[in-house]
Amino acid sequence: MCECGCTQPAEDVQKERELETLFESWRGVKGSLIPILQGAQAIYGYLPREVLLQIARETGIPPSRVFGVATFYAQFHLSPRGRNIVRVCLGTACHVRGGARIFERVQQELEIGNNETTPDLRFTLETVACLGCCGLSPVIMVNDDTHGRLAPDKLKDILVNYQ
Amino acid sequence: MQLVRAHVLVCGGTSCTSSGSKQVQEVFQKELEKHKLEQEVKIVETGCHGFCEMGPLVIIYPEGTFYVRVTPEDVPELVEEHLLKGRIVNRLLYKAPVTEEQIPTYKEIAFYRKQLRVALRNCGSINPENIQEYIARGGYEGLEKVLFEMSPEDVIAEVKRSGLRGRGGGGFPTGLKWEFCRRSPGDLKYLICNADEGDPGAFMDRSVLEGDPHSVIEGMTIAAYGIGCREGYIYVRAEYPLAIKRLKIAIAQAEELGLLGENILGSGFSFDLHIKEGAGAFVCGEETALMASIEGRRGMPRVRPPFPAQRGLWDKPSNINNVETYANVSVIILRGADWFAGMGTEKSKGTKVFALTGKINNTGLVEVPMGITLREIIFEIGGGIVGDKQFKGVQIGGPSGGCIPVELIDTPIDYESLIAAGAMMGSGGLVVMDETTCMVDLARFFLNFTQSESCGKCTPCREGTKRMLEILTRICEGKGVPEDIDTLERLGRVIKGTALCGLGNTAPNPVLSTLRYFRHEYEAHIMDKRCPAHACSALLVFTIDEEKCIGCGRCLKACPVGAISGAKKEPHKIDPEKCIKCGTCFEKCRQNAILRL
Repeated sequence: MCECGCTQPAEDVQKERELETLFESWRGVKGSLIPILQGAQAIYGYLPREVLLQIARETGIPPSRVFGVATFYAQFHLSPRGRNIVRVCLGTACHVRGGARIFERVQQELEIGNNETTPDLRFTLETVACLGCCGLSPVIMVNDDTHGRLAPDKLKDILVNYQ
Repeated sequence: MQLVRAHVLVCGGTSCTSSGSKQVQEVFQKELEKHKLEQEVKIVETGCHGFCEMGPLVIIYPEGTFYVRVTPEDVPELVEEHLLKGRIVNRLLYKAPVTEEQIPTYKEIAFYRKQLRVALRNCGSINPENIQEYIARGGYEGLEKVLFEMSPEDVIAEVKRSGLRGRGGGGFPTGLKWEFCRRSPGDLKYLICNADEGDPGAFMDRSVLEGDPHSVIEGMTIAAYGIGCREGYIYVRAEYPLAIKRLKIAIAQAEELGLLGENILGSGFSFDLHIKEGAGAFVCGEETALMASIEGRRGMPRVRPPFPAQRGLWDKPSNINNVETYANVSVIILRGADWFAGMGTEKSKGTKVFALTGKINNTGLVEVPMGITLREIIFEIGGGIVGDKQFKGVQIGGPSGGCIPVELIDTPIDYESLIAAGAMMGSGGLVVMDETTCMVDLARFFLNFTQSESCGKCTPCREGTKRMLEILTRICEGKGVPEDIDTLERLGRVIKGTALCGLGNTAPNPVLSTLRYFRHEYEAHIMDKRCPAHACSALLVFTIDEEKCIGCGRCLKACPVGAISGAKKEPHKIDPEKCIKCGTCFEKCRQNAILRL
């Protein structure tokens, strides 16, 4: 609970404080919208609508432009994401070594499509154009772990490790 | 400085890290402590050595012994045998693919022998997080020379004379670009490094930033002095966290030693460098889009002219070059334009880094003199094609480039020859393809990429790439019609000529070049409803060779839709009505009894 006695959870208060610190550190710096969005997403895990509106108020940038930038870049997410992010590489090297088959199998295993999240928020599935470790292709990344030299059959044993 | 008798270089590049080099390094540390060797032997975490296929890589100096695919379990043996007893651990040496001969030092390995490392000169040899190691290899001497012995005009003249051209793909003469920006009126000018390496299959900029960040910082500072910039930005892809981390460390170290920031080395020249993290948009590799992104806007390109040299970042004259271009600058200053111009061909000087991937034995990063032939890169450095498959072609320059067929394998690699062949240098991705790669599917793959990365500002790119992708998808699914080829060519030409920026202008290249060299594959898909490479699943028919099938039941159990039937130890059958052509049976069969037609 919040110290002031209201019913707001302490966690939310903490996040709001972090957001204020973020605004302070970028105040007056030109071209700061993208770093602010990146910082806000690091705090909340995604960019809730209210936070985007708050960014617009704090920076004086029209909400339309804030939403415009947030939806333009692939890095920004406007809805909550899973605890584990599965990124399937569909780069050229992975493509010629069977990346598409890996992607198909991951979709079957998780029962979700690209850019979707499982209902229990356990996994979010994404594709990337290249992870830059073509020597290990085909490759997937789960959170920060890279799994290379894959075959469709290996996927089940990998995914089971991520709760 | 503490002297040690041996150095253990553990590769800390992205590929080796993902195959476990961190654990290898930790076990080394423990083993050295166990044997009380920590005062005698020093572990150095280096940047990428380029030979990613064989990672994690460990090199032990002074001998220069090159160990490949080292696992944490191998380390105790390496410490005991190599470092204590002085005996080479043969089983961990690199084996030449054909002769099976074990090669102890890396200079003798074919993969390295033909290379000429200029931009990658320090990658894999130094600890990128320690500025002293860069300085010990002649680092920042070029900057010192420039600041105290050369005028800004001299710097530009020297770079012009070296013949250095932009390594990001366009190939514009670097010195000339600097001169344009220098001559633009205005006191405030910006210097930008494009490290938004987005081409799938290219990772040279990442390796330079991770393995030798100071070479880029020094090159940028020299450029800033030549052009007259006080402030600079490095725009790095957010997908490259390690590169960003190492750049931050490098900038802080350079500032601390007075090699960056206010009054550099007491010369009166000042230069501030900032890092800007991208947010995931391929089009931001285009210079005007990149600048829009730094300004905090949607990364959309704009019409040129005015060129960035006239009006760039925040409407001020700006110079923008790629990572690899800047990495060449300090060596050019230090060793002279003549030395640099002595490498390469008449119009393309120096060296180029290529990311060698696909169906090739030695995947990795290679730097070669311009003018070398594709054959030398693929068969000598790259060790040829995986397995006993037939070489079919090579895709150069990622989604902007084109396919070069086996007939043109003796094409020398330089900017002009590649354009004449319908490809382009691009960022330097080289994806090797064998007979099992379908060229229509490959063209579709690239177009799918450019189409989804199109920013949507101009109509030819937004609508045109979408229509081309629809046609290609249709062809791959066996629903193509004869007019499709003409339509693709017409659309391709129009998009090439009318799109606003480089992304759109080059997006049709993979389609046009495969149509030029592999038209028969398109025709086979459209007329005969057949994929010659057996890659397009919609056009495949799976059957079982009754002679070879032993009725083991592996395919029957694996089939996700129950399309396979048959009694144990009797030849099985596939029901074509039920088959979804997933290929699982083909993977499972140990008798090669599954036929793809």
